[in-house]
Amino acid sequence: MTGLTGAYVPGGSFLHRLPAGAKLAGLALSCTALLLLRSPAALAGAAAVVVLLYAVSGVGVAAAWAQVRPVRWFAVALFCVQLVFADLPAAASSTLRVVLAVALAGLVTLTTRTSALMACLERCLAPVRFAGLDPFRLSLLLSLTLRSVPVMADLVTRVREAQRARGIERSARAFAVPLVVGALRHADALGEALAARGLDD
Amino acid sequence: MTDEQSTPKRSFPAADIARVSVFAALIAVLGLPGALNVFGDAVPITLQTLGVMLAGTILGTWRSALAVMVLLLLVAAGLPLLAGGRGGLGVFTGPTAGFLLGWVPGAAVTGWIVERGGRTPSTARLVTACLVGGVGVVYLCGIPVQALVTGLSLGKTAVLSAVFLPGDLAKAALASLVARGTQRAYPDAVPAVRRERLRAGE
Repeated sequence: MTGLTGAYVPGGSFLHRLPAGAKLAGLALSCTALLLLRSPAALAGAAAVVVLLYAVSGVGVAAAWAQVRPVRWFAVALFCVQLVFADLPAAASSTLRVVLAVALAGLVTLTTRTSALMACLERCLAPVRFAGLDPFRLSLLLSLTLRSVPVMADLVTRVREAQRARGIERSARAFAVPLVVGALRHADALGEALAARGLDD
Repeated sequence: MTDEQSTPKRSFPAADIARVSVFAALIAVLGLPGALNVFGDAVPITLQTLGVMLAGTILGTWRSALAVMVLLLLVAAGLPLLAGGRGGLGVFTGPTAGFLLGWVPGAAVTGWIVERGGRTPSTARLVTACLVGGVGVVYLCGIPVQALVTGLSLGKTAVLSAVFLPGDLAKAALASLVARGTQRAYPDAVPAVRRERLRAGE
């Protein structure tokens, strides 16, 4: 399994140095502000600010495009629909709003280390300890999930091969049932191993 | 009370940590390209919602919601675990954010309906659970958020979202079939059976 790393681009700009929590709060505030901006002129101003922030962060055009790329077809479709049902200013401003919100969030992703962001989000999840999930269990849960991704990817490959060997490549059931049963077996063995190491004591 | 220290242990044993993390990883892996293409390679269908429904039917209400939350947390932290290698905070400010966040109550509702079925949930119940939780609740969360972000009216957004409805209905049907098959092959995959066994084991 390759590429299981964040999209973080190393750098030394002030955006890189801001704490993760401040960036998340800033993102939440600016996305709310974007929703409140109605006129195309105001949104054009916001677009200029976003471009400036990207320039200051120095992440490069390719990294910026990679963040916005997933919504490109949605943006085109939205523009066309708005053009038909409303007018050009409305189409421009709603498309711009969507692209800007995604670009801003992408900027936080690009300038914050995955570990820093994860630590910050973990703190936000602290209230789950009232459900019996203390901080230790929560971080164990997160790291076990990360470890399980390549294990599950392996399992997918094995089930695919078994399916091919049986000549039923087209059957979705012959893929998913063994996959889920295999995942459960793995999970329950893992649970026993954790219990045997005294996690429940 | 003497239960002071053992309460957290009973409400969240290691067996549950393992299941929740493996299912969160399973949902992530179902989004990998080529995990499953239903009609040859013509229509690549992301199977992550299938994973969400399966988590609901097998883990039950709270554990499935937690599995989805763990996955979304890792995605928010920037890991490319969503279909097509998407990840990062962008997906939570984008137009489909509501659908993504709707996975949490969606999985929970699916699990809740299955849990009401006791030790042997019927196929009809599994289908209902997947349709109501995995499709209904997810759309109920997704459409208003998309309408808010795009500025389109609720009605128009609903019409636009209807494009994905046939695929999601097919996934709900497939999920209930797979859940039924899994629960036959592995009785511990029924939330109620699992709970009884964990209780008996203590």
